[in-house]
Amino acid sequence: MTVANTSNEALRERIQKAITHQKRPTVTVLSSLLAVQDEIGYIPDVAIEEVAKFTDTTLNDVWGVASFYKNFRFTPPSAHTVEVCWGPTCHLVGATKVMTELMGHLGLKDEGDTADKKLTLRFNTCLGACSQAPVISVDHHLWGKVTPERACKLADKARESGPKHH
Amino acid sequence: MPTYAELKARADKQWQDLTAGDRPWIRVGTALCGQAAGGVEVVEALKKTAEAKGIKVTVDEVGCIGMCYAEPLVDIQKPGESRLFFKNVSADDVPALLESYLVKNQIPTGKVFGYLGAKPIAGAPNIADMPQWKLQNRIALRNAGTTAPDDIFQYIANNGFAALNKALTEMKPADVIQQMIDSGLRGRGGAAFPTGTKWSFLVKNTSPVKYILCNCEEGDPGAYNDKGILESDPYTLVEGLLLAGYATGSSNGIIFVRHGHDGPIDRAEMAVKQAYENGLLGKNILGTSFTFNIEVALTGDSYVAGEETALMEAIEGHRSMPRSRPPFPAAFGVWGKPSNINNVKSLSYAPEIILKGAQWFSSIGVNKSKGTAIVCLSGAIKYPGWYEIPMGLSLSQVINVIGGGPPSGKKVKLLQTGGPLGGVLDANSLNIKIDFEEMSAAGAILGSGGIIIADEDTCAVDLTRVLVAFCQYESCGKCFPCRLGMTHLLEFVERITKLEGRPADLAMMESVGKNMQAGSLCGHGQLGFNPIRSALKFFGSDFKMHIEQKKCPTGSCGKPIISPRNTRPYAEMARDDRQPIQVASKASK
Repeated sequence: MTVANTSNEALRERIQKAITHQKRPTVTVLSSLLAVQDEIGYIPDVAIEEVAKFTDTTLNDVWGVASFYKNFRFTPPSAHTVEVCWGPTCHLVGATKVMTELMGHLGLKDEGDTADKKLTLRFNTCLGACSQAPVISVDHHLWGKVTPERACKLADKARESGPKHH
Repeated sequence: MPTYAELKARADKQWQDLTAGDRPWIRVGTALCGQAAGGVEVVEALKKTAEAKGIKVTVDEVGCIGMCYAEPLVDIQKPGESRLFFKNVSADDVPALLESYLVKNQIPTGKVFGYLGAKPIAGAPNIADMPQWKLQNRIALRNAGTTAPDDIFQYIANNGFAALNKALTEMKPADVIQQMIDSGLRGRGGAAFPTGTKWSFLVKNTSPVKYILCNCEEGDPGAYNDKGILESDPYTLVEGLLLAGYATGSSNGIIFVRHGHDGPIDRAEMAVKQAYENGLLGKNILGTSFTFNIEVALTGDSYVAGEETALMEAIEGHRSMPRSRPPFPAAFGVWGKPSNINNVKSLSYAPEIILKGAQWFSSIGVNKSKGTAIVCLSGAIKYPGWYEIPMGLSLSQVINVIGGGPPSGKKVKLLQTGGPLGGVLDANSLNIKIDFEEMSAAGAILGSGGIIIADEDTCAVDLTRVLVAFCQYESCGKCFPCRLGMTHLLEFVERITKLEGRPADLAMMESVGKNMQAGSLCGHGQLGFNPIRSALKFFGSDFKMHIEQKKCPTGSCGKPIISPRNTRPYAEMARDDRQPIQVASKASK
């Protein structure tokens, strides 16, 4: 990704602020990466560097942690994220239909970002509201008992709203 | 530093004002299940409507009372009266509901769920008479859905921290441990190891810094009771941690939750903050010489982070990969310090055990399974929710009586218990009791308490594919029996689901499974073959039909499969425009 130097510096500053102002007392490579993910929604290369410096570890160590946990991403996310639960309960009551319909509706062949970068579609192993299956989450807000039609409507609604605050 | 008596007096006064003061008290469940049902929107509507109509009410967001099927549940308690619950309330229903019940003093029909309390409410059934409530014995969940999870004084008013006060003033640490051992409480995280005995291992270590770790890395699909406790009553967990800390002579506690589960994290952090503010954490707790600190730590998305040694790696900020044992955590735990790891549920039982005594707890339950089990029912079932039932109830009582059986009269075909690694049972297993030994003898585990029900429309092979896909996706990859084994198993099962299975597949899966069980570093790989082994045991003929006749009994197989693969970061990182990082710091060495 080509980023102008000025914005790169601004990004670096935001990252530094995020990792130096962590609200939880135990500061580790993982906690720093989570702070970055919360602040800007992904882990850019500069964040790997900054976390390595801040925690006095190697780039390798930080990459190792960042690539291990499935909630980290390395490219800027779309404005909104829709996650579809594929736990066994959601599967039993129609999560596959919801996912298939959403992929068709958004023009995607798998999980990923829409062409206009307004929405990211993701699988989630369990969103933790099994009693309301099938469940999707739109920008971390859960919606239960969704039909494929309702899931598409919720996705559209998110797409039309302004970018969410990270 | 307030004394316990001072805290209790303040809490009682506040509780009196809430329940018998001058305004109705409205509670709405907004745990993850309540949120998914639309609870957050209902709370907003309640606040807005009450203000617009000039009705003075107290609105509290609470956890989940367990009857998730009726959510969003609005619980209105008029001063001095019983609680009246309204079911499946939407934001649009709110104005009419408040108008009729609070302004006109009439009970609206249609949305009434029932009442709970000593004074009957005409026209509403008593929730305590419903099987979903009657068959429960709520110990760890005694406050769930009743007290606000962000108000420590509501907890104290309901006997909160009385057990801590009792332990600190009347009991020696050894007495607390003895009570826990005598109670017969066994860990509710899966392994069912006696909790008191586990605590006693830590006592023997005299290190000045010792940790009590609370595992709320609950990635099990089908179970949400650990998160549910954090969302519904985090104080009981804080008190449990304090008791464990006092009993074992530990200095620190860590509550470990998955990043992204904002509700449970926020409520756990709020509980810890309020405990500090009121002298229940930190130095000289309740004016005694006991000192204990708690913090909340987060992990990234990783199922294996729930394994005890992997959890310690994650707290230290590394990849959550299990360590080899020995040394065991009681000798070498997080940051090399002696540590004890308990599940949320196990710790949440401690306050009531200390308050009411080991005898009381061990009189509940059967055989070697004492106390209660918290089960989460989901899938093809009429009344999904989470229920705390005495050990020893049969699966049939839980599924058919509490859960109401599958909807629209279909038959139960399959049960999946204890998380994806737990295994499946068939409908003939419904007589099995909820009892650690009886369940494991049948080839299943109680594990985290999730029970997923599938009806006769479900293909056992297809469901097995989803379970195996989960186990493959979540393998941490450190040891090859699990990493390769899970991938191979998934290939076999996917092939069978596509109706492309080969006759030799079944024997080969058995062989891979045996090697995984023998050679894997942690439970994930050791139990990784469980879903297939148990499915073959009960539904072997279904597998054979798929392989030999290329036919699926329910017609759901033979189609393209959608399932995530554990390759995302690598695919994303392999983009063309990545430049090598150039950094002139010691970090790049």
